[in-house]
Amino acid sequence: MMSTEGRGLVLDENLLFEKSQSGRVGYSITRLDVPAVTPDQSLIRDEIADFPELSEVDVVRHYTRLSTWNYGVDSGLYPLGSCTMKYNPKINETAARLPGFTDIHPQTPEALNQGALELMYNLQRDLGEISGFPAITLQPAAGAQGEFAGMLMIRAWHEANGQKRHKVIIPDTAHGTNPASSALCGYEVITVASDGILSKEAIAAVMDDDVAALMVTNPNTLGLFEADIRGICDLVHERGGLVYSDGANLNAMMGISRPGDIGIDVMHFNLHKTFSTPHGGGGPGSGPVGVADKLIPFLPVPYVVKEDDGFKLEYNCPQSIGRMKSFHGHFGILVRAYCYILSMGGEGLKRASELAVLNANYIRARLEGEYDLPNKQRSLHEVVFSEEGLQNDCHTLDVAKRLIDYGYHPPTIYFPLVVHGALMIEPTETESKQTLDEFCDVLLAIAEEAKTTPELLKQAPVRAKVKRLDETAAARRPKLRWERG
Amino acid sequence: MRYLPHTDVDVQQMLDQIGVSNIEELFSGVPADCRLKRPLDLSAAKSESETLTFLRGLAEQNTKTSDWDSFLGGGAYNHFIPAVIDQLVSRSEFYTAYTPYQPEISQGTLQAVFEFQTLICQLTGMDVANASMYDGASACAEAVLLTIRAGKKRHKILLSQGLPPQYRETIATYSAHLNIDLIDIPLQAGVTDQAELQKLLSDQVAAVVIGYPNYFGQIENLGSIAELTHASGTRLVAAVSEPLALALYRSPGELGADIVVGEGQSFGIPLSYGGPGIGFFAVRKEDMRVLPGRLVGETMDKDGKRGFVLTLATREQHIRREKATSNICSNQGMCVLMVAIYLALHGKQGLRQLAEVNYAKAVYAKEKISQLDGFSVPFSGETFNEFVITCSEPVAALKQRLEQQGVLAGISLGRDYPDLENGLLICVTEQNSQEQIDRLVAALAGGEA
Repeated sequence: MMSTEGRGLVLDENLLFEKSQSGRVGYSITRLDVPAVTPDQSLIRDEIADFPELSEVDVVRHYTRLSTWNYGVDSGLYPLGSCTMKYNPKINETAARLPGFTDIHPQTPEALNQGALELMYNLQRDLGEISGFPAITLQPAAGAQGEFAGMLMIRAWHEANGQKRHKVIIPDTAHGTNPASSALCGYEVITVASDGILSKEAIAAVMDDDVAALMVTNPNTLGLFEADIRGICDLVHERGGLVYSDGANLNAMMGISRPGDIGIDVMHFNLHKTFSTPHGGGGPGSGPVGVADKLIPFLPVPYVVKEDDGFKLEYNCPQSIGRMKSFHGHFGILVRAYCYILSMGGEGLKRASELAVLNANYIRARLEGEYDLPNKQRSLHEVVFSEEGLQNDCHTLDVAKRLIDYGYHPPTIYFPLVVHGALMIEPTETESKQTLDEFCDVLLAIAEEAKTTPELLKQAPVRAKVKRLDETAAARRPKLRWERG
Repeated sequence: MRYLPHTDVDVQQMLDQIGVSNIEELFSGVPADCRLKRPLDLSAAKSESETLTFLRGLAEQNTKTSDWDSFLGGGAYNHFIPAVIDQLVSRSEFYTAYTPYQPEISQGTLQAVFEFQTLICQLTGMDVANASMYDGASACAEAVLLTIRAGKKRHKILLSQGLPPQYRETIATYSAHLNIDLIDIPLQAGVTDQAELQKLLSDQVAAVVIGYPNYFGQIENLGSIAELTHASGTRLVAAVSEPLALALYRSPGELGADIVVGEGQSFGIPLSYGGPGIGFFAVRKEDMRVLPGRLVGETMDKDGKRGFVLTLATREQHIRREKATSNICSNQGMCVLMVAIYLALHGKQGLRQLAEVNYAKAVYAKEKISQLDGFSVPFSGETFNEFVITCSEPVAALKQRLEQQGVLAGISLGRDYPDLENGLLICVTEQNSQEQIDRLVAALAGGEA
């Protein structure tokens, strides 16, 4: 079981541009059935220099080979903390590819796309039920854009109340997008230290009448529920501020606790985490936002409303923060998320949260003792170990790279920053006990290797497509595109 | 539930190992006053077959462009998508992977993005392109923010009224609280009025933003605008909502643009009711380190073998936090792949040929409509695959009349352009046969389609 043997064939593959052969084509275009005309010569470009020329077979082999160098959730366990790499159900992909969803133009009159609008309306309603918020916008393209939309609404609310506040409080455990999104709204970021659960006292110490909002992540990035959250929300509200919650970790909370019920004013969802839509090697995500009643007038446009004669896109919102992007959000991703909710049902979603927490706690129980656990409080859907106690100058990075040799994607590493050499593991609910046991056995074996044969960690990975890459050189002399040599 | 692999025996063994007697105990850190004390009010789980039947029912209530004669464009284009694309992007090694933070097991994604960056540079005539943004509108907004960051004390942005309205609205959202003055440049005969532009330019202006082609499908005189703009030390941003035009017309880079952003949906991405699409973002070398978004760079591994990594991350939010060049944290990975495969298939000859087909079809339609009584083509300039017509009949009534004949005639312009109250934006692509165009013309004229 501890073997790193068994690697398959790894094929080499040059760049598209290196494979290109002048005169080769990979397309077929329908014969022109109107008179051929061309624009004025002065406007026309020369041929696109070095653009590839390939046959269809060339292209198919190229991308097929590239795909084999990737590791996805379908390859195996992908325990990236705070990323919720759960299984991406295949029915979601089938649903999103129904021609009645893919082949519809965003400017088609609303009366002609009632099915799409009904789907969006239902998803708004279901996300509202899951989170406890009375209104949802589906427009934001990803979590970070959802944060931005949420903070813009907070700012608009203050301004509508005649207030100009300048500061946002953010715990130092927060994801980097939180301060970056606040800065985009013109806010100054006040960082509060937090190495476990945020205390009401810590917030009271920095809360004043110039604070527009507190941004929290709940459960936080250590996997801990913010037990004082109600009191903290009260405190912020008493001083005229609002509370934003980053919904990155909602996967621990479905059917357990609803942010809208406990004092949170705004939260974004990551449909590509909690609601099983694929991460796609980096995106597209989707970041709907739920808001409390008082923020409804400020929602971005458009959103879907139901009227007597059907579903409509609402644009007429004079206090709206405006538009976040073209059209109506990442509709193709919304279809997948809605498909997941239909497949799971309310009970299934709660069960998913329960098993996500069970899985993380099982890993914790199996590894605690061999790996250092800096925070001993009861954690939920993820567990964060530190690199303390690793022998022979082995570090978190070495453990991560060695995991690759054993056929696993490593956990999130070096985040959150408050844990020294963090190893942040989030297995999600879709992994079986057998998979978790094999993974834990491997991590225990790696800790043993650190004691006896540390070079195995230092050299790792040796069984991937490439060995460790020189990232310093990449940044020092950036080569960001292919050019003819 | 088929996605949840736990047997009762598994659960019991796991609870024993943890040392708790039930799952509920694991939630002891969630205070009672934060708990939901009732089941979620959602419909019961549906079987796979029930789910698909239900969703198919919703899908069938929509109007597919393939079932109608559709002449809708305006930032989302109906182009043919080769079968290869969906087959390849459906390889789950691609779409079930995360952001390539562990490069040794993400070389597929990383090489594909590196190639995408190269293709975008070649197409736009620029030096550096990032790994993509959410869409054209948000990429354009980020371009505006870049010019403000890099423009020292300059705080004005000049936006051509020929930019797609959705781009202008998104820019307004992004710049609302950053002390940026957005100023419109009026149009003259459907293109940016250069005399007005000249008057508005000053050493306060960080950027001039021009659509190329613009929202009316017109090919702006970007070269001359670039000269004017650079004379006041201002950056020129070209925003491209129909990138197929770049296979035919001189590239914005060649014409002097400093930043080229746009929407890549035309290249192999389904319309999908407007999203997801993909924003592209290209700059000159000087602006490489102030670029928003992810970048992939080439490097070597310990054995000297070529490989690719995410690079220049010190610009990004996970390192720089509130001082980052953007808050963006994802790219449009799956759509990057679609665009790259589309461009690889069409290549040097195919993309040009396809652009010529689009152009010729639009010219054919425009000429036919311009000969109809009651219709005119208000702007005489060069257009690509979209153009404006004005009608003597109210546009809303006209559109409804055509809908009854299975024709989606175009996009009404009155809401965004009060001067064009009876204006209609018509898009013609390779998907529209001569027969369809003739039906459109006949229907406009009042005949039966």
